[in-house]
Amino acid sequence: MALLDASNLHAAYGQTRVLHGISFSMEEGTITTLLGANGAGKTTTLRALCGMVRTEGAISFGGQRIDGRATEDIVRLGIAHVPDGRGTFVNLSTEENLRLGAYTRKDRAGVEADLERMYAYFPRLRERRAQQAGTLSGGEQQMLAVSRALMLRPKLMLLDEPSFGLAPLIVKELFGILRTVNEKERVSMLVVEQNAAMALDLADHAYLIETGRVVLSGTAADIKKNDAVRRSYLGY
Amino acid sequence: MTRRNLALSAALILAACVLPFVLSEYRIFQFTLVLVYAIALLGLNILTGFNGQISLGHGAFYAIGAYCAAILMDKYGVPYWATIPVAGAVCLGAGFLFGLPALRLEGLYLALATFALGVSLPQLLKYHHLEEFTGGVQGITIIKPDAPAFFTELGLPLNQDQWLYFFTLGVTLVMFILGANLLRGRIGRAMMAIRDNHVAAEAMGVNNAMVKSLTFGISAMYTGVAGALSAIAIQFVAPDSFNIFLSITFLVGIVIGGLASISGAIYGALFIQFVPNIADEISKAAPWAIFGLFLIGFVYLMPAGVAGAVRMAVARLRRKRQNS
Amino acid sequence: MDALLHQVLAGLATGGIYASVALALVMIYQATHLVNFAQGEMAMFSTYIAWSLINAGMPYWAAFFLTVAFSFVLGVLIERVVIRPVENSPVLAVVVVFIALLVILNSVTGWIYTYTIKTFPSPFPEQPLFGNPYMSSHEIGAIFVTLVVLMLLYAFFRFTPLGLAMRAAAQNPESSRLVGIRVGWMLALGWGLAAAVGSVAGMMVAPIVFLDPNMMGGVLLYAFAAALVGGIDNPAGAVFGGFLVGVLENVLGAFVIGNELKLAVALVLIIGVLIVKPSGFFGKVHVSRV
Repeated sequence: MALLDASNLHAAYGQTRVLHGISFSMEEGTITTLLGANGAGKTTTLRALCGMVRTEGAISFGGQRIDGRATEDIVRLGIAHVPDGRGTFVNLSTEENLRLGAYTRKDRAGVEADLERMYAYFPRLRERRAQQAGTLSGGEQQMLAVSRALMLRPKLMLLDEPSFGLAPLIVKELFGILRTVNEKERVSMLVVEQNAAMALDLADHAYLIETGRVVLSGTAADIKKNDAVRRSYLGY
Repeated sequence: MTRRNLALSAALILAACVLPFVLSEYRIFQFTLVLVYAIALLGLNILTGFNGQISLGHGAFYAIGAYCAAILMDKYGVPYWATIPVAGAVCLGAGFLFGLPALRLEGLYLALATFALGVSLPQLLKYHHLEEFTGGVQGITIIKPDAPAFFTELGLPLNQDQWLYFFTLGVTLVMFILGANLLRGRIGRAMMAIRDNHVAAEAMGVNNAMVKSLTFGISAMYTGVAGALSAIAIQFVAPDSFNIFLSITFLVGIVIGGLASISGAIYGALFIQFVPNIADEISKAAPWAIFGLFLIGFVYLMPAGVAGAVRMAVARLRRKRQNS
Repeated sequence: MDALLHQVLAGLATGGIYASVALALVMIYQATHLVNFAQGEMAMFSTYIAWSLINAGMPYWAAFFLTVAFSFVLGVLIERVVIRPVENSPVLAVVVVFIALLVILNSVTGWIYTYTIKTFPSPFPEQPLFGNPYMSSHEIGAIFVTLVVLMLLYAFFRFTPLGLAMRAAAQNPESSRLVGIRVGWMLALGWGLAAAVGSVAGMMVAPIVFLDPNMMGGVLLYAFAAALVGGIDNPAGAVFGGFLVGVLENVLGAFVIGNELKLAVALVLIIGVLIVKPSGFFGKVHVSRV
């Protein structure tokens, strides 16, 4: 049984239709990437999964239907979303941001342990734990956003353009940590990216989205070799 | 105006003219107040309904107009009919002056500032340094004017209440016609453009600052004229009648009657004049509880007010007639 | 000099009450960007409930805490039932609903309790503390109670997970949903707390101005002024503003403009701050993008 299964998703912002019947699925423990140009509907797909936009179609998570449910309830099922723009609580401290990630958890000892683990993955966050989150650099805020999501101890993490605005070296570091988290803690990940090259290196599977539809899917390795993708998205 | 609307208006005016001859003196007085409120509500509606500036303190302009009339008549012996244009002019200026700093305030903040004005007004009116003019807590009493002599000569004797009613009716008609022309013209369109999207309006070349201040002034003028008329009709002005609840009453009037609607002013005026009279029988507190409930009810269920409901009903009737 | 000191101290006492109501206003503003015009009447209504309890024989502090709890529930109910449907409506609709609430609370109270002025007891002794000539025990007590409430609130927001969640929900509702916070309920809680704080203010002011349905009208105005002076989105600022306004009111009233025009002080402050520095002393300056 697939961990996540989305079938025939249609979504619209007001009168503008953005998704025209997207279908895809993910197995547990894998990293899948959604590729596509600006405006293709990638962010909307993630938002649809979280119940943040009005959607028609079926979404199942761990066998349960989650379409039509409120975001707060979907989060409690174990889906953590690192949004487009990071969604940092800019007026709160770094540590407060992290603790909020664990808001729905009841195990206090586990939360403290996870906090330490996040600081271990990202030592720079520990240095800035009392600092106002809005004053962190772009890269640090991205790490904070990922850590906040991990504080949930999610089964599935949704990441919206995690490489956006970051220097390539930082992206490499970040993606390396994502890979580690995926392998060590079995956190499945759905990563939306415009930076196709790095995303295809990180992911196991890939879907290519154009104007609200899936146009290509396969393993990351296969997609990387695909001529059309190479020319349009990888630039060679 | 379409021919049907013209016919309707004419019929209405005719009916209004017949009223004073069939009703008791007290009822005539009540309908005079309905006309007065209609002018005040049109004033508030011009500002809030058509231009989107919220005022919770319009009672202040009503008070200024009322005190203008009272002071002129009582202290300077000015005839009652001359006080109306003076009250209007004073309030036009006062409104414009208030509108200038108010330019910086949007929505909620403007509501706050005008609310403060409305709450503190009675205290300002009772200020003992102004007592010489305002009569302090006791206020000012004025004498009811008589109908002009030539009516009796014509063989049509009018008593004081009837004359006051016709006088008020005349002023009301003038104000409404002027208002309708204003709102249908360039300035009216500019007002509404600012209400709907003030950034776009400015970008299109509307001088937001000038239009907004002017609207404040015009709105105040209408309410001031109404205030002056009310002073003459009631023959009495006192600070405590111009408290925050008066401003809230006006708000009730335009919400019930219908925002951005000229006919709404009349529906609203009828509501605020007669509902308290009926509700008073139940208890002293009842009128306001009813006002509050109606306010909430209308916001949830009939946001376009009675005028909006009437418009929809008429449209539906017209569609039915077209389809059959 | 003596007279000045007296006015300043009395100003601090009433200032504490203004600070409480201002704090309630700011709490709701932070979460919703709305000014609760009915805050005063909610506090007034709660005070009448306390009066009923005390009149029925309940000891003061029992009635006090029961009223605070009742006010909390009332605040939550009002948010869920009356405010929620218009949360995303245009400003005018929301203002109208607030005014309607004000008017309904005022008239229902007048209906149930009549408009006769009533006395409301103070839990503090009649004799001034240490026989001092400057402040009555009630005035000192009111300041003390205000400070306790403020410290409790501060501790709640700063150190508890729920307080953190409420702050988060007020600042960034969308991200809050993404960590599982039920933003709607946080809003309701905020209203509940604001109502509870307001009820304390009402019970502290009633012994001074006597209980009557219109008693909070002036207080609300001063609280508006205080909240604006301190920065409408800054709770500490609201507290500072409250004490400042209280002192200004008394000092100006006694020495400059006379007691009759005290409300005008609030009016001038409100309009002045809104025009000159809308973000107040400590608030954030908002820039809206076109």
